[in-house]
Amino acid sequence: MQEELIKRAKELLADGTVARVLGWKAGDLPYNPEPSYFENEDQLKNFVYNGFCGANLSKYMIEASKLEGKTLVFLKPCDTYSFNQLIKEHRVDREKAFIIGVGCKGKLSIEKIREQGIKGIESITGAEMTDDAETLTIQTIYGEKTCTYASAMLGRCHVCKGKEHQVYDELIGESKDTKDADRFAEVEKIEAMSPEERFAFFQNELSKCIRCNACRNVCPACSCRKCVFDSTKFDSAQKANVDDFEEKMFHIIRAFHVAGRCTDCGECSRVCPQGIPLHLFNRKFIKDIDKFYGEYQAGEDTDSKAPLTNFTFDDVEPSIVGERG
Amino acid sequence: MSIENTEFRPKIVAFCCNWCSYAGADLAGSSRLVYPADVKIIRVPCSCRVNPMFILRAFEKGADGVIMCGCHPGDCHYSTGNYYARRRMTLLFSMLDFIGVENGRTRVEWVSAAEGVKFSQTMNEFAEKIHSLGKNVRLEDLRCRKN
Amino acid sequence: MYKIAKSNLPALFRAIAETKELYLPIRRAGQVNFGPWSEDAEVDVETLKTVKSPKDVFFPQSENLYSCEREGKDIKIEPQALQDQEFVVFGMKACDIKGVEVLDKVFLADPIDTFYAARRDHGIIVAMACHEPEESCFCKVFGVDCADPEKSAADVAVWMLGDDLIWKAITEKGEALTKAVESLLENADADSDKLEEEKNNIRAIVEKLPYSNLSLEGWGGDKLEEKFNSPKWEELYKPCLACGTCTFVCPTCQCYDIKDYDTGHGVQRYRCWDSCMYSDFTMMAHGNNRTSQMQRFRQRFMHKLVYFPANNDGMYSCVGCGRCVEKCPSSLNIVKVIKSMGGEQ
Repeated sequence: MQEELIKRAKELLADGTVARVLGWKAGDLPYNPEPSYFENEDQLKNFVYNGFCGANLSKYMIEASKLEGKTLVFLKPCDTYSFNQLIKEHRVDREKAFIIGVGCKGKLSIEKIREQGIKGIESITGAEMTDDAETLTIQTIYGEKTCTYASAMLGRCHVCKGKEHQVYDELIGESKDTKDADRFAEVEKIEAMSPEERFAFFQNELSKCIRCNACRNVCPACSCRKCVFDSTKFDSAQKANVDDFEEKMFHIIRAFHVAGRCTDCGECSRVCPQGIPLHLFNRKFIKDIDKFYGEYQAGEDTDSKAPLTNFTFDDVEPSIVGERG
Repeated sequence: MSIENTEFRPKIVAFCCNWCSYAGADLAGSSRLVYPADVKIIRVPCSCRVNPMFILRAFEKGADGVIMCGCHPGDCHYSTGNYYARRRMTLLFSMLDFIGVENGRTRVEWVSAAEGVKFSQTMNEFAEKIHSLGKNVRLEDLRCRKN
Repeated sequence: MYKIAKSNLPALFRAIAETKELYLPIRRAGQVNFGPWSEDAEVDVETLKTVKSPKDVFFPQSENLYSCEREGKDIKIEPQALQDQEFVVFGMKACDIKGVEVLDKVFLADPIDTFYAARRDHGIIVAMACHEPEESCFCKVFGVDCADPEKSAADVAVWMLGDDLIWKAITEKGEALTKAVESLLENADADSDKLEEEKNNIRAIVEKLPYSNLSLEGWGGDKLEEKFNSPKWEELYKPCLACGTCTFVCPTCQCYDIKDYDTGHGVQRYRCWDSCMYSDFTMMAHGNNRTSQMQRFRQRFMHKLVYFPANNDGMYSCVGCGRCVEKCPSSLNIVKVIKSMGGEQ
């Protein structure tokens, strides 16, 4: 698939349809490709598309929309939801984007591989998108190791929203639905705990937070020019982990500000250096919205009203939270 | 001789909208209805002005309970403000419950300018509830605790 | 030279903790970070790298400097007490200790940072050799020998050797600590050959690591103009999300901000780590002197590879721990920067 993508990118650059390409550049380790712009054929030599290209490129399109000419961007099915949402919020310019929907069979997490005790990685085969490899073969300094593709997948891919691209100009490559778990199972598991257990669970997870703000900065829905937490006129310590409260405040508000707009792309959990399951906050809001105000999937369209900028006369009262017990 | 009062006195913050609930509180006062002095009222132009951060901030600075009062749905001075507020607070309260904060610590009540009695009743009930829940320790900033 | 069975480590930790505070790698909610020992803490000395470096032990992410308390019409100012009890940090790696040496250059130079100095004076470092280095490590490039923490600023060096842990005191502080736990240790002079073998094994692995032969040519204190003005930065910074992950997991990043917190009944003045990636970094009354993310991104690498060596006799302020390599959400890191601009004239 990678070759096909490069070929098409070259064509589009050559005929002047697009001025640049936004994709992934091969890294210096087998698992660290980085989001990158390509402006000519020569640079495309380093273009890569494999299982480690998890980064959602939609947010980069906010900046790319300000540049001269069209940008060719490669979006995976789940990334297209984010892109749609950005169109709805007038943060990207659809006319400035040439979208190639790329096939996806689930993205890989190096952390999940490391968790299986695999270290000293020299090379990984089976992560390319060209074959139907079910296993990853990993050459390490400490010998050859294998693990299944599914066991190394990012958490979000286990609750995949489907293989359909929501917005695109062209499609290249087959996608696979990797869903093998219920989207709200994790949230339900926590809901079933006692308040004390829930408190202890979140206290434990959030105490790891180092206030790096990666979850916010990577989030395609967090597209404010200046975040309220970066305001110097506001006495929240956006970078200091001084007190437990600050972390709770930050994570509740971060999720609240994207409630009804979060497409559940899972980037927040992917980037967290401390492995905090941040998607739980967002998914809890999504679950509540679905239940109280009807099923809603952000990014499915570009014109519906978001649940929090909408209402009906007979919405549930906030007291429902206590009544559920 | 000094008498040390060690009884728990909760701090309660009530956000009241300018047009209905604040006037309701006023009526409660001028009708000489009793409600606990632990309730501190903050007047806001509309219940919709209440940002989730206000609620968290109140808890941070030592509130033990936070209640938001606004016009009855349909009666909002700005037509629809309280409908938006209703959705926001429902989601926020559900999230607080999700992370293990006792759900009785937050409440929304619709109080009109004519409902002085309802205002005083609501505040009495809420203060009693907070009293039974005790001090807020799950959403406080320890730096603000006075030793 | 002494040894202790790995299975007996809990007893060792308990014995140390009886008289001194003990910090060591602890697994919490799936991640390993340095933290205080307690009976129910899940100690994990096998994981090579903690997520955050142990720099917080000497230079906490946030610490109070003083507090003001209103008392009637008066204001009472209470300075923060300095560390005055000895404490032990167990399991720091050679690169982490080199990181502390970098911090020493900053905080122990005149004017001395009293908070840091007090912690350094009272801290006893037990360094651990890296049994199985990983692909993101490049400490060799900065002259760190992860097989032999004896050469570092540690007080005690330990090695994992099969089922045992080899223990060797280096400094006087280390001797004293050894004496305090001597009853748990056995003599291990007979194992010195095996220890040499372990060191050689580790060094052989280090040779095989992909980054071990990284060249620093083209970097250093005298390359300021040329590196600062390089057009490559424009290209390199592009994927950067402007998060603070790299700076907060780094063992040598030492920038901090000082802030006041209004407690409602007083003020707490505290300092917290800052990150050059953040938009309010070095914000002053007139505004900010780095106005774009490219400038902020450049600052981090210029500081580590050019400014710091220029001011500190050529000492780089990167130690090759590889944490940023593993944790950057966009897979950017100092290695990519060194490679893409190295040797440039």
